[in-house]
Amino acid sequence: MIIKRSNAYSKVTIITVMLLLMVLIITPFMASDNVLERLTVLFIYIIMAAMWNTLAGFGGLVSIGQQLFFGLGAYATIRLAHLGMPPFTAVFMAAVLVGLLSWPISKFMLRLKAAEFGIGMWVLASVGHLLVNLDPLIQGETGTSLISLNVYQIETRRVLIYLAALICMSGLLIGLFYLLRSKAGIAMQAIRDNEEAADSIGVDAQTVKKWFFIFAAFGTALAGALWLAQALSFQPKTYFSVQWTAYMIFMVLVGGIGRFEGAILGALLFFAVETWFADTGVWYLVGLGGVAVLCSLFFPKGLWGAIESRWGLRLVSVGYQVTEETLNQLSPKNKITSRSE
Amino acid sequence: MIHSLVQAILLGGYYALIACGLAFMFQVMRIINLAHGSLAILSAYLVWIITDAQALSPFISLLIVLPIMAMIGWLLQRAILERATKGGELLPVLSTFGLSIVIDNLLFQHFGANTRTLASYVGDLSWESYQLFDLWIGKLPVIIFVTAIIVIGGLDFVLRFTSLGRQIRATAFDSDTAGLVGIDARKTAAIAAAIAMMTVAISGSALGLRGTFDAYAGAPQLLFAFEATIIGGVRSLWGVFLGGIVLAIAQSIGALIHPQGFLLGGHFVFLLFLFVRIYLNRDFFNLGHWLGKKSKGESQ
Repeated sequence: MIIKRSNAYSKVTIITVMLLLMVLIITPFMASDNVLERLTVLFIYIIMAAMWNTLAGFGGLVSIGQQLFFGLGAYATIRLAHLGMPPFTAVFMAAVLVGLLSWPISKFMLRLKAAEFGIGMWVLASVGHLLVNLDPLIQGETGTSLISLNVYQIETRRVLIYLAALICMSGLLIGLFYLLRSKAGIAMQAIRDNEEAADSIGVDAQTVKKWFFIFAAFGTALAGALWLAQALSFQPKTYFSVQWTAYMIFMVLVGGIGRFEGAILGALLFFAVETWFADTGVWYLVGLGGVAVLCSLFFPKGLWGAIESRWGLRLVSVGYQVTEETLNQLSPKNKITSRSE
Repeated sequence: MIHSLVQAILLGGYYALIACGLAFMFQVMRIINLAHGSLAILSAYLVWIITDAQALSPFISLLIVLPIMAMIGWLLQRAILERATKGGELLPVLSTFGLSIVIDNLLFQHFGANTRTLASYVGDLSWESYQLFDLWIGKLPVIIFVTAIIVIGGLDFVLRFTSLGRQIRATAFDSDTAGLVGIDARKTAAIAAAIAMMTVAISGSALGLRGTFDAYAGAPQLLFAFEATIIGGVRSLWGVFLGGIVLAIAQSIGALIHPQGFLLGGHFVFLLFLFVRIYLNRDFFNLGHWLGKKSKGESQ
């Protein structure tokens, strides 16, 4: 019996993704400034959605406090740049630092269950916000700016940030892809489906969850640092706002929780909704909240879940698949041919 | 020093009031309702509307809002929580968080960014105080503190000694078996949600009376309620009462140490209790354990 890790779709996907990446790499030479800036924002949204999906979708860990890592990523960038580190190195190193910090946090928080974990993370985000406010460099809620980016011309800067966001997004998605296909990833999905059953076949839930938690913290911090690079100014209130987590939840729920493609689709949709409806202000947020409630109650697999169950479409093959081809090979005739080969 | 301690204990009464509804729903339905704070703000606005339009005392408006919030609790259970709890651990978190976003922003849409208060409708009561030796103790905080004792005592009494309380406990313990002995689990859960929302209405009014509120004030109230619940130990309502007081004292000490330390003090004590609860014996901070009550027998 042959079980494959790829299918016809996923091969097409790989070619499409390669082509898309090439187009995106040469985009700065053709597109307008506005398009570049919007695409940068889209890349950051995709990172955020994918990272939150990593935790909730694959790990069953609904964190209402992911803004902690988003804010800390931006704050650490400011601090490192203040120490004289070049801005783009600071962006990356800040994410590494926050990833390291998330290790002790994970030891502690992962002992909590469901909503306790969610609100516990929210309290931690509040602690992070208040502590950052105490730093004299930040000047409380007044905030500060990433001045060191001024060494670049504004056009160069825009292209550099765009490329940095593109590289980070691709890197994180590829990292997530391999993480999910690894032993830890399969263990993680087993834990999500049934923690007790996974435990009984020898899966070490705490260790696996820890790695997913650290990965998500690193990615979310990178998103925060990139957001700082494109927005330039840092105000604790904005970066540690729970609205970031609300956005992540919306993107993942609508796109399809626990599906690799779902988070990306959700981020694209959110981006479109934001572009068209952000002017409606409060109603836009009411709509986001309402859709999140309805999706979680009536449409728990999200859009991609619906597409997947209707057409059996899997663009990114993170699991093992028993395809029709494989089933044919199970019939005796094919078995012989496959043996003789 | 003693003065600020007394103030802190009275503030703890408010935290206990807002936390008891959250803890009650957790005990009965096994969910933490993330829209709890937003619903408290909603009821504060409802009390404010009625008080403002009819020139009534806020205490009478509260009597009108109580059944409204009970209805909302019933609907909340039937429309959202019932469905969410069937879908595992994640759905209640996601759906109630979404609900809180909807409530917060609808309130903002309708009432705008201005802060509101109920204190101006109770005349002198908002600043009158009792003199006890050298201490001046505000009447309103005392009323809120006593209300908290009455509400928690009432909930405790209902749970322990009434037939409704037995049904609620049976449903919380095992709703399928409760159904076998003729308890309508759906109805019982909806009644419990309605009761919890009435305590939310009382705590929302208390918030409006002792200070100001705005559309987005729900999130901090949820965090306070959650912290008081965890500090007190989720199993006992009187533990939650003590938890509220400990939280308020920690905040006051934090505020003494640093001007911005009020919230931090509370958060640190919360994290400390969480840490101890996780790493030491889980019974260590359960009040029932120390008083030798039957909590162990009940939980088994």
